[in-house]
Amino acid sequence: MSAFNAIGEEREIDRDEFTPEIEPQATWCPGCGDFGVLKALKQAMPEVGRTPEETLLVTGIGCSGKLSSYFKSYGFHSIHGRALPVARAAKMANPDLEVIAAGGDGDGYGIGGNHFMHTARENHDMTYIVFDNEIFGLTKGQTSPTSPKGHKSKTQPHGSAKQPIRPLSLALTSGASYVARTAAVNPNQAKEILTEAMEHDGFAHVDFLTQCPTWNKDAKQYVPYIDVQDSDDYDFDITDRGEASEMMQKAENALYEGEVLTGRFYHDEDRPSYQEEKQATGDMPEEPLAERYFDDDYEWERSYDLLERHK
Amino acid sequence: MTDDELIWRIAGGSGDGIDSTSQNFAKALMRSGLNVFTHRHYPSRIRGGHTYVEIRAKDEPVKSRGDNYNFLLALGDSFARNPQEEAYYGNEEIKPLTENLDELREGGVIVYDSGLLDASEIENFDERAEENDWHVYDLDLRGLAKEHGREVMRNTAGVGATAALLDMDLEHIKGLMSDAMSGDVLEANIQILEEAYESVNEDYEHTHDLRAPTGTQDEEQVLVSGSHGIAYGSLDEGCRFISGYPMTPWTDVFTIMTQHLPEMGGISEQVEDEIAAASLAIGASHAGAKAMSGSSGGGFALMSEPLGLAEMTETPIVLVESMRAGGSTGMPTKPEQGDLEHVLYTSQGDSNRVVFAPGDAAECYRQTRKAFEIAYEYQIPSIVIYDQKLSGGHQTVPEEVFDQEPNPDIGSVTTEQDLEEAVQEAGRFKRYMYDDEGERGGVSPRSIPGQKGGNFLASGNEHNEVGHISEDPDNRVLQMNRRMSKLESIRDELAENADHQTVYGPEDAEYGILSWGSTKGVVEEAVDVLNEQGHSVKAMNVSDMMPFAKDEVTAFLESVDEALVVEMNATAQFRRHVQGQLGRFGEKLYSLLKYDGNPFEPREVVSGFESRIGGEADLSQYNVRIESATGD
Repeated sequence: MSAFNAIGEEREIDRDEFTPEIEPQATWCPGCGDFGVLKALKQAMPEVGRTPEETLLVTGIGCSGKLSSYFKSYGFHSIHGRALPVARAAKMANPDLEVIAAGGDGDGYGIGGNHFMHTARENHDMTYIVFDNEIFGLTKGQTSPTSPKGHKSKTQPHGSAKQPIRPLSLALTSGASYVARTAAVNPNQAKEILTEAMEHDGFAHVDFLTQCPTWNKDAKQYVPYIDVQDSDDYDFDITDRGEASEMMQKAENALYEGEVLTGRFYHDEDRPSYQEEKQATGDMPEEPLAERYFDDDYEWERSYDLLERHK
Repeated sequence: MTDDELIWRIAGGSGDGIDSTSQNFAKALMRSGLNVFTHRHYPSRIRGGHTYVEIRAKDEPVKSRGDNYNFLLALGDSFARNPQEEAYYGNEEIKPLTENLDELREGGVIVYDSGLLDASEIENFDERAEENDWHVYDLDLRGLAKEHGREVMRNTAGVGATAALLDMDLEHIKGLMSDAMSGDVLEANIQILEEAYESVNEDYEHTHDLRAPTGTQDEEQVLVSGSHGIAYGSLDEGCRFISGYPMTPWTDVFTIMTQHLPEMGGISEQVEDEIAAASLAIGASHAGAKAMSGSSGGGFALMSEPLGLAEMTETPIVLVESMRAGGSTGMPTKPEQGDLEHVLYTSQGDSNRVVFAPGDAAECYRQTRKAFEIAYEYQIPSIVIYDQKLSGGHQTVPEEVFDQEPNPDIGSVTTEQDLEEAVQEAGRFKRYMYDDEGERGGVSPRSIPGQKGGNFLASGNEHNEVGHISEDPDNRVLQMNRRMSKLESIRDELAENADHQTVYGPEDAEYGILSWGSTKGVVEEAVDVLNEQGHSVKAMNVSDMMPFAKDEVTAFLESVDEALVVEMNATAQFRRHVQGQLGRFGEKLYSLLKYDGNPFEPREVVSGFESRIGGEADLSQYNVRIESATGD
């Protein structure tokens, strides 16, 4: 008997199953983009066909980190910037889980930037949602890594002298095999992209533009979106790194000039996931490691059998 | 001290194969039925620079490096001849001789490689040799090695010469060589070994008395380091996930685990930094694996944040802290016991973790097993703290220490059947259920992602019973009390089932020596010497740092008039911990501190004791300091 009967359960899944009896209004401001992420994620789950109990959502902290409170699945609300290392190890211990990591732009591109680069490089089979509102929200409105140059805040009173992070390009050069950008005000596209990201067998990075009505009233998240897949103006091959890179740079340049380009930017279906790579080198078991602890018949090897070299 | 022991020192340059040669020679001595203890001294450099390994072999148990040494094999530093290196580091060619002479005992033997070293360059060498009755043999080991094989094989020539001078049988050495090598390499090495052996016997008159001691040990022994103890203890507890970032000396455990995990169906991950390393261990454990990570001082500092996360989310993990001399990056390859307070108190808030400090390789094995058992049973992080000396030094341990059953039990985890009946609230499992009556020892039921009916939220924020973030004052107090009460339950369990504190010497002794971690062996040897000299002394080595072994240490300190607390740091961290935990004994305690990068020798502990009790010993020749406790 499996110890994890929730995994692989095939049945009709209702998005309401992902709603715990706790209200997001408790911490999210009215009009916050985070509601859009939560809604899109709940809508995507039935499409992907995963139940709440076979899903692990790992979040950082801040407003975005509260996603795991309002989304009913197994959850891990970790610490600022550390969602990815927690999530990727959980995936390695039990690859049968649907693992999603989420955090904000300060959390994911600032303090967690190193983990972002390395998780993408390894191409773990997981989805990473970054709530990108170009501001630190819960700490009351400081400049974030995606705030535009010149952005004024209490911590940068004379305007930020820094160029903003380019999250799409950063994900691509680091090795993410799926890169997309969507927005809270574009629920249909968001749902489709999240579904595709979860179904993708590799590291899927979704830069999710979320408006912050309290601290970032000027942000461009309110302007109309252009879906690069729907627009005749943009024709590129999302499986080609070069074309994808060029398109990402266009989108990243345009963002701070008032033109918001969203959609899928890169999708490499051929690159093996980290798990596959590691299994190929013999560094990772075929069966989920976590299952073994519940298997009474498993024969555990003893260190005593390793002593030959010490005699 | 006495000549019933051999303390063989092999000296040369880092990267010259000193370590592997000494390993083999130590094993050969073990195979002849002796007890062995090794001590590694090396610089933080890859190639060149003075390095030595000391092997102490004796028929009786050996617990420390001993006092000084009696046989020097000076091989020369082949990298010192590189002109570029010379410009940078100066001429180090003769260091294998000059750096080691001060500690060579009277009547000792010196074999040096005349192919690389020129003793005439050393000031007063002949006079010193005569004065100290040193017996000097100059052999062209390099030339011999080149003649029959390659220059690097001069180590083998040195071992052959050693065996001849000590009247040893070559069979054990040959056996070990055939285990490790084959083909032409083996053939060349055997030839060099035999040539060196024979030429010493034929061409040199043996003027010295030193011989290899006769070994009578018939119990099966293995030669392992403390790091092997920790790694093997982890494997036997079913640990199959390790994540780490390289840092000396923690890398020892990390590499041993990595060597074995894939073939045992486990996973080893080298990651971007130590914050990630500890976070990965948390993620793997949360998902249902037995997981560990670790580091040394500076790397462990980065783990402070995830350590707190593991405490708050009650995710079991085991962290290893392998101390080296600090602060900051300190002295990477030198031992110290300076991270005790760092490990006990790091991380924010009222923290709650278990800390064990094993004293030798066998204890490394046992205490690591206990660390896993406690971590998974009580859903709390455990830390095993030890140091560079215990990490890399090898010692003979009875094979039976490792002849134990594996324990893959994942601890206090709820099954799916139980989950069907478990208490839920708002559609979520009460993962952090209050322990109102204290009947579960502070432990709440735990589910693993993928289990039906077990969904909950793990959070580093204060949370209610199902894991939702809560700032409710009543909930806060209930959750804090439950988490904090675990330490008392663990203390009770340890007092009942674990015998981690060791007492050595006559029970009714007048004075005591208190130590922790790796100073155990050297203190026990000092106790023997002191009692032989007419003092009345016993020792206690403490391993359970948190929860602290209050009752055992109290009983020990109550039974003696005064106690010397021996530790390798400058600020008496352990003594202050004892005073803090017990709230008394200040008037009875005084410290013997050493923090020069070298481990204690028995004579330093003996003199430290005598300087206080007899008021006579001269400590000025040692890098040690006596300090009285404050308060009462």
